[in-house]
Amino acid sequence: MSAPLIRTVSLVKEYRMGTNVVAALGGVSVDIDAGEFVAVMGPSGSGKSTFMNLLGCLDHPTSGEYWFGGQEISQLSGDELAAVRNRKIGFVFQHFNLLPRTAAIDNVALPLLYSGVPVAERHGRAEKRLAQVGLAERVDHHPAQLSGGQQQRVAIARALVNDPMLVLADEPTGALDSRTSIEIMLLLQKLNREGITIVVVTHEYDVANFAGRVITFRDGRVQADRANAAKDAATELAKLPPLSVNAT
Amino acid sequence: MNFLATLQVALNALRVNKLRSALTMLGIIIGVGAVIVMIAVGQGAQARVEEQIRGLGANIIMVLSGSALSGGARGGSGSQQTITEDDAYALGKEIDEIQGAAPSLRGTGQVVAGNANWSTSFYGTTPDYLVVREWQVAEGRGFETSDINSAAKVVLIGQTVAKNLFGDSSPLDQVIRVRKVPLTVIGMLDKKGQNMMGQDQDDVLLMPISTARKRVLGATQAKSRNVGSIMVKVREGADMGEAEQHMRELLRQRHRLQTGQDDDFYVRNLSEILEAQEASSKVLALLLAAVASVSLLVGGIGIMNIMLVSVTERTREIGLRMAVGARSQDILTQFLVEAVTLSLIGGLIGLLLGVGGSFLVGELAGWRTELSVTAIFLAVGFAAIVGIFFGFYPARKASRLLPIEALRYE
Repeated sequence: MSAPLIRTVSLVKEYRMGTNVVAALGGVSVDIDAGEFVAVMGPSGSGKSTFMNLLGCLDHPTSGEYWFGGQEISQLSGDELAAVRNRKIGFVFQHFNLLPRTAAIDNVALPLLYSGVPVAERHGRAEKRLAQVGLAERVDHHPAQLSGGQQQRVAIARALVNDPMLVLADEPTGALDSRTSIEIMLLLQKLNREGITIVVVTHEYDVANFAGRVITFRDGRVQADRANAAKDAATELAKLPPLSVNAT
Repeated sequence: MNFLATLQVALNALRVNKLRSALTMLGIIIGVGAVIVMIAVGQGAQARVEEQIRGLGANIIMVLSGSALSGGARGGSGSQQTITEDDAYALGKEIDEIQGAAPSLRGTGQVVAGNANWSTSFYGTTPDYLVVREWQVAEGRGFETSDINSAAKVVLIGQTVAKNLFGDSSPLDQVIRVRKVPLTVIGMLDKKGQNMMGQDQDDVLLMPISTARKRVLGATQAKSRNVGSIMVKVREGADMGEAEQHMRELLRQRHRLQTGQDDDFYVRNLSEILEAQEASSKVLALLLAAVASVSLLVGGIGIMNIMLVSVTERTREIGLRMAVGARSQDILTQFLVEAVTLSLIGGLIGLLLGVGGSFLVGELAGWRTELSVTAIFLAVGFAAIVGIFFGFYPARKASRLLPIEALRYE
């Protein structure tokens, strides 16, 4: 079989707090194959966020190896990491992190700005992704004119715009109500079925249950790594009482 | 990321914060505007002095009658007429450095032509006068040595006098009466404008010195050869100090003054006075520009403050940009371009206001202002430099943020 999309070997991340050295991650070895939908769980301080930052090429590990798409990442320079983030990884954040007072389409097109895509092409690609997340009608809306769920959809469209291999979602439903949360998970499941590898960091079992694999962190180590019979978000959504006014 | 895209991002960021951008620019606008107005005022003053020098004629030395000593009390300059017409001729003839020496007798009086009359001053002088003062005859002719020998009843008329006596019609060949003496206008002088005291130099009549002495000024002057002053022009390139020295020696010799005796005349180098004035107006211009530059500097600091606030406020945005692939260099460029754009747009608005302001100052205060292209480029260029200089620190601060920390910033 082909090599996994993600392979970490004894990944260690230490932080220096004055004279103390705190190990946020104490040797994590995980393989994630292309096409998986993984939930990373654990209480706060368990190291899941640190793990996420390393997977997302936002930080350098103290030691260990991190292979992403057959490339050893941990030795790359800041600019090279930026290029990896730009072209191969899409980010979804808890608080959406959209640029304020900027149209949805320009928010989505933001990564293209840094990958040298010509202006003419940028809007076309951004529009396509907005349509994919069901916001074709809202291209010119500013974040303040969109609901939380819609904002998160814009953020997902932004994560997708550069055709990434991996979408990393950090508490993507943390700021949303339960119905909208399920809608977002439905969207992520749909993208996963289209072949995109998805890693979701969450502390909610309800959210983790939509993933096919759950990795649980505790004290900077992997405590459990199990396959999960993923719930279908569409089915879950159907179970909810119907709303008179649809939020999205 | 190419530069055009960066520019777009920067402009967008500025547009999103319109009010703040405008307020930030205000410092630069005022700074650039002030620099341009101040330089315009300074240069205007300088140009005025230079024009006066040109108006007077360059390289001029005045010889004035000395003071009389009567019973130990010394009179002021001119209280005794010690210099003569012949002194002037001797100066012109015997000193190589001198291009021309014109003796002059001054008088004032009522001038009548037809039913118009006007009070003005007149000078009795020689043809050298026009040479010395670099004054041309606009219409007609100047007078000649023969006119002096015959004390001809001719006169040159200044433009102000001509206007007051004859309106727009030509004064040539008209007869005017100066202190009741009829004189024929043979020429009209070029317009000369105001002198440094603000006197109208065109409000004047010039006539042969002999005519003034014998016919106009009358009996008291008739037998004398004395004159009030001699105006001397030193040849281009000759040393003024040396010429002055030679003149002094010649005059002392002619007046038979012993060694140790005071001069009975005064020698004044007018160009020197004007040059001193020019130097002081240069200092003034420099001072004005320096004061205005301070406001430009303060404007720059304003930009730095706002950019620093902006970097802190937009930390999460910076984190996001980094997460989606911006290199630290991209962030640096973005914030630098924002700062420079602010100061450049501010500079351009300041330029317009400065040009308008200079015009207004000229109109309202009646000061002469002179816009110079150099000053304009200097001010706007300086604004751009201020933008780069004061924008660099906040921009570097932004570019050095770590993506994870920036993303988590609350």
